Amino acid sequence: MQPDIKISDIRPIRQTFSHIARRFGADKPATRYQEATFDLQPEVNFHYKPLWQPQYDLYDVRRTAIVMGDWYAFRDPRHYYYGVYVQARARQQEVQESNFEFVDRRGMLRDAAEADRALLTRLLVPLRHYEWGANMNNCAVVAYGYGAAITQAAQFHTMDRLGLAQYLTRIGLLLDGNGTAVLDQARQDWLGDPCWQGVRACMEELFVTADWFEVLLAQNFLFDGLVYPLAMSRLEQVLGPQAASGYALCTEFATNWHEENVRWMDANLRTAAAESPANAALLKQWIERWLPAWIDAFWPWATAAFGDQAGAAVREAVDRPDARAERAGIAAVASSPSPPRGGKP
Amino acid sequence: MNNNVFIALQTSDEARAIIDAILEDTPAATRSDFPAMVQIDAPGRLVVRRESVSERLGRDWNLQELHLSLISLSGNIDESDDEFCLVRG
Repeated sequence: MQPDIKISDIRPIRQTFSHIARRFGADKPATRYQEATFDLQPEVNFHYKPLWQPQYDLYDVRRTAIVMGDWYAFRDPRHYYYGVYVQARARQQEVQESNFEFVDRRGMLRDAAEADRALLTRLLVPLRHYEWGANMNNCAVVAYGYGAAITQAAQFHTMDRLGLAQYLTRIGLLLDGNGTAVLDQARQDWLGDPCWQGVRACMEELFVTADWFEVLLAQNFLFDGLVYPLAMSRLEQVLGPQAASGYALCTEFATNWHEENVRWMDANLRTAAAESPANAALLKQWIERWLPAWIDAFWPWATAAFGDQAGAAVREAVDRPDARAERAGIAAVASSPSPPRGGKP
Repeated sequence: MNNNVFIALQTSDEARAIIDAILEDTPAATRSDFPAMVQIDAPGRLVVRRESVSERLGRDWNLQELHLSLISLSGNIDESDDEFCLVRG
């Protein structure tokens, strides 16, 4: 007997959700990112007005001065939706955990020179409070932002910030052989040390800034643009060999994460600036408002870290956001990194 | 004798990005759909570019990951870190 194998081709009735098919103009297979992102923002039938802001709806495009025809233009170049995001971070977490274990086993931070331990306690560990503030600022973007494309990515970003704060806490614990004295000291430094007060003031100013896109730009583009290259990477140069290796291993995730954040933020700025000259002018105005103030605020930290090299270090770090802004289509920003001019945001 | 090359890939979420990238980078290519499989034919040359696929997937895609989606191919392989080419004739 001859078996007769017959292929039957079963075609699905539809390839994706109707709203995705409508948006992309054809019923063809969509990526998970598209299905988990586009047109998810509630737009109509709000039953309650926000009583604290009666001029707005619950979700309202008017909460920022940026105007977009389509808020889903802010596509995430990393295509993060929940599944991909969690898998990517889980992989990075494993690497970072083994780095921490390595540093702990060798006592690279615990047994480092006293001066290096003091420097890291004063200039690195207090950044956990900065990260918490950055979490708050991105929470504001999620709460008041519009369009799931950008608020979804900002939501993931808030979680990253808590993770980064926890990693800085781990560094504090490693410096102290699992005691909490370093963390307590770092908190006192954040609250009282002159090299942190400008940074803290800027963060607090940002907490009460209403325009969510301005908050996004100032925090993730300008503030991080200085903090990450200087505090998470360049600080290595002023440490002794043992502490420098420990520091590099402990900040590896932060450094890689920042590169990823740069891609996301650059895409956001490019999209907003490309939409209209008015948007581009607004972005430029915000950069001109925040960048000089932030450089002034960060200056005492840079001086404490790099001494007479501070000017060069800050200038080098500022060049990058400048170049990125120009590439994003925001006209070149004139900024003089040093010395500080006492500007207030 | 014809000098056609082809590549056959599964229709997974990831392979869809590869298929789109091939079709864009190889304008002469034609696509045929089968159950759970897509075959792409092209006269003489067909290319898979790492960068095109990475852009569509939103992450760094290693060219060797092609083999996770690959069913079959025909042609001579010319391979680097950035491109996987099928050529004939």
